Amino acid sequence: MNIGVVVFPGSNCDHDCEYIFKDVLGQSVKMIWHKDTLPAGLDAVVLPGGFSYGDYLRTGAIARFSPVMGAVKTFARDGGLVIGICNGFQILLEAGLLPGVMLRNTSLNFICKDVYVKVENAATRFTNRCESGQVLKIPIAHADGNYYTDPVTLGGIKANAQVIFRYCTAEGKITPEANPNGSLDNIAGIMNADGNVLGMMPHPERSAETLLGNEDGRLIFLSMLSAFGKSEQPSRLVGV
Amino acid sequence: MKAKIHVTLKQGILDPQGKAIEHALDSLGFKNAANVRVGKYMEVDVNETDSAKADAQVKQMCEKLLANTVIEEYRYELQ
Repeated sequence: MNIGVVVFPGSNCDHDCEYIFKDVLGQSVKMIWHKDTLPAGLDAVVLPGGFSYGDYLRTGAIARFSPVMGAVKTFARDGGLVIGICNGFQILLEAGLLPGVMLRNTSLNFICKDVYVKVENAATRFTNRCESGQVLKIPIAHADGNYYTDPVTLGGIKANAQVIFRYCTAEGKITPEANPNGSLDNIAGIMNADGNVLGMMPHPERSAETLLGNEDGRLIFLSMLSAFGKSEQPSRLVGV
Repeated sequence: MKAKIHVTLKQGILDPQGKAIEHALDSLGFKNAANVRVGKYMEVDVNETDSAKADAQVKQMCEKLLANTVIEEYRYELQ
């Protein structure tokens, strides 16, 4: 599978994403500077986490105007897989590729910890290796992850099963206490109507290999591979 | 011309920063302070003498970048 990881000024999870796809899963990865365009032949594009443009004005607001974003929009419109993680999710919202906005966490704190999310829809190109209702432990690290949208849009994305992940307890219960940031309806990740663009606040790339003590996030990347009929290649790390 | 632009959260959108400031004012003894809303103030020099044209440009700047109109509203004055 050919993956493109976009690098904005201020991205800081770009190499983690490269590492997971290339070194852990054995796929081909290209790093794409935000001033360049997307090379031909990509199967999926990753908008990684970080603090693009220092989060100036609003998170993701300036990155959305980076030259590469025109190509990302075209890529998404043509059905290419796009996953935005954390800041990448914020950029997808600002770019209008996903509906809604991010507000500051209700606690006003930058929250960096493991959380539990429930897979609300396992019939997607990002979650087909999960089971419906499965609880994943994946870390979050953000100050602006308080998802908000208007009631009509919320009704629409719920009816279309576009809400993919919701914050929950370890047992899978959706409660206010399990909501780390005040997000509407405990939403942690959503997909577009066409099912090829996913945004999620938790960082699956930080929980995708045994060495890190948690492999739950790996399911997201394996699902993307499965969507292309691929499986993980023996990692160069095997036997280390 | 100079545009002086205010971007604020729409009514009804939770403003955690405003709430925190409100609590701080309360603990300072300002018991009558309520509904604190935090916004942004920006100044932009627009190289344009025609005020109608400048107005149209500033409006576009607000719509396209300076405000996210899902949650924010904006107002400005041109001098």
